[in-house]
Amino acid sequence: MSAGRPAPRAYVRPMRGWWRRNPYFVRYMLREASALWLTAYALTLLWGLWRLSQGPAAYEAWRATLATPLAIGLHAVGLGFVAYHAWTWFRVMPKTLPPLPLPARAITAAGLAATGLLTLLVLAWLR
Amino acid sequence: MHTRQIEIECLRYDPERDEAPRWQSWQVPFSDDMSVLQGLQYIKDHLDGSLSFRWSCRMAICGSCGHMLNGEPRLSCQAFLRDYFPAKLRVEPLQHFPILRDLVVDQSAFLDKLASVKPWLIPKPNPAPADEAQRQTPRQMAKYYAYSQCINCLLCYAACPQVGLDSGFTGPAALALLHRYNADSRDAGWDQRREVLNAEQGVWGCTLVGYCSEVCPKGVDPAHAINQNKVNSTLDYFGLLRLMMPRGGDT
Repeated sequence: MSAGRPAPRAYVRPMRGWWRRNPYFVRYMLREASALWLTAYALTLLWGLWRLSQGPAAYEAWRATLATPLAIGLHAVGLGFVAYHAWTWFRVMPKTLPPLPLPARAITAAGLAATGLLTLLVLAWLR
Repeated sequence: MHTRQIEIECLRYDPERDEAPRWQSWQVPFSDDMSVLQGLQYIKDHLDGSLSFRWSCRMAICGSCGHMLNGEPRLSCQAFLRDYFPAKLRVEPLQHFPILRDLVVDQSAFLDKLASVKPWLIPKPNPAPADEAQRQTPRQMAKYYAYSQCINCLLCYAACPQVGLDSGFTGPAALALLHRYNADSRDAGWDQRREVLNAEQGVWGCTLVGYCSEVCPKGVDPAHAINQNKVNSTLDYFGLLRLMMPRGGDT
């Protein structure tokens, strides 16, 4: 075993700023950061639920807050991040499954198609 | 033959003289069929004999000549100078490894990790007589064949930021080889490898960046080997894996 054998003055490069070295790592960090937007949106919905428990006036006030240009803008950015999150999630999905007799692209495409279909169904139901 | 010149810039480090690595560049004449490795050999033969780098087979089999080429981990014998021309080419030692000298890195930590996964067939308690063939169907072979193509070139370690952030992480190639043997129908070594696999620095040290599988020159797909074993590791934690694999290791 080689453990403990010190290399003669080996130089260890620092990791500072590692994620900016390669576009692949930037996309990975964006994927991870997109989870923060998902969390923020879940908290926004929880906040609405809490306001609902306080009565109709409080709930309407929460809705009015969400109708401001700032809130709509944040939601638009959030939608972008959530869409990116979903896309990357299905892109890595084949790596987390046991080997299947399907190309990885087919698994990703099937996941994205199912997401799109479910989204359309929910939108149709909300109308 | 040599019609064009490309600038090759190498990260250099002399442990006896330098406090930190430094860049040095050369103008290298090249022809269309010259690999980056041949460019480095031209420097060593004609311009600066002190440049140190590892190489052996020149045909993407031995896994010795991995370097960072313009920031990407690649086998130098498999990359061509014509694809980098007319821009300059930056050659660095593989990321996330200590530099011993110039482009030569210290692989000893990887070799320890490789040994820790017991990368050999561990036979079942009552093996077939030694003179009898160990039969295996093509379907059983398909379960591990891709993972057995690893040449230990370490490109996946240079591609994995988790390796750089946590030097104790077992890492892509060693974990892929761990899976290669666990997935072999002739092997019964799950119990002996489970501690390494289940550890926080085993499969759980992976955050699925996925770049390891992108850079692998042999299509091993270490990210797939590791991440399907997160499921196995969870099942093992709850004691369910043994129920699902009565023959032990035959996933």
